[in-house]
Amino acid sequence: MVRTIVLTLALAGLWLLLSGYFDKPLLLGFGAASVALCVWLAHRAGVLDFEGVPTGLMPRVFLYWWWLFVEIGKANFIVAREAIAIEPKLSPKLLRVVSPTKTNAGLATFANSITLTPGTVTVDLEPGYMVVHALTEALADEAAIRDMGRRVAALENGGAS
Amino acid sequence: MIPIDLILDIASWALIILGGAGVVVGAVGIVRFPDFYTRLHAAGITDTAGAELILLAMILQAPNWLVVAKLVFIGFFLFMTSPVSTHAIAHAAWVVGLRPMLGADLKREGEEQ
Repeated sequence: MVRTIVLTLALAGLWLLLSGYFDKPLLLGFGAASVALCVWLAHRAGVLDFEGVPTGLMPRVFLYWWWLFVEIGKANFIVAREAIAIEPKLSPKLLRVVSPTKTNAGLATFANSITLTPGTVTVDLEPGYMVVHALTEALADEAAIRDMGRRVAALENGGAS
Repeated sequence: MIPIDLILDIASWALIILGGAGVVVGAVGIVRFPDFYTRLHAAGITDTAGAELILLAMILQAPNWLVVAKLVFIGFFLFMTSPVSTHAIAHAAWVVGLRPMLGADLKREGEEQ
């Protein structure tokens, strides 16, 4: 029930902000109808669960994104320096990272965070671990990646579901 | 008193130049890096620093808050979707059997050199 309400509010907010109509009853009615149709379809398709509407992650995930933003900035700087260096000192490396996350939404968040950070790309997901390709020795920092995993796992535990 | 428009314009220009530099550096990296997987990392600069800094510069020039909201949505969706496409490409190459060059001497697994 909570997920239905959250999805309805999110879709209504998206519709209002993208359209910019606040005082045209006919158009607002169409908007409400399309939001209702989307929620009904999501309900019918059975995607109103932890993966479809991860309310458990929600309040803390914004803090996490801010932290991720700063990390991405730092990593960008290192990769950019290699890209324009006269003699790039690359030493690519494959890492096996064990994910501490328990849910699929958490695993996807972790794997995407690694890929989003320049210098590391999640190449493969195997049961129990993921294969990460890193650009240089400095970027292949397993402790930092595990720290990121701990943060994602903490997000999961924060929510009731 | 310095007009607020001037401050916003200067900040926008700085961010556009930084973001544009990110896009160019990413492109240079794609050309210069030695193999497929390392080139993906260079593309990551364009995806993150380039796109987000230019969006931020545009937010500072937005005429009203509805435009700000739309630009924030664009940034958010880029943030969510670009790693998925990067992973899709990397995983496709991995599954097909392309092995990355590894180590400081950039050797492929099982390759004599």
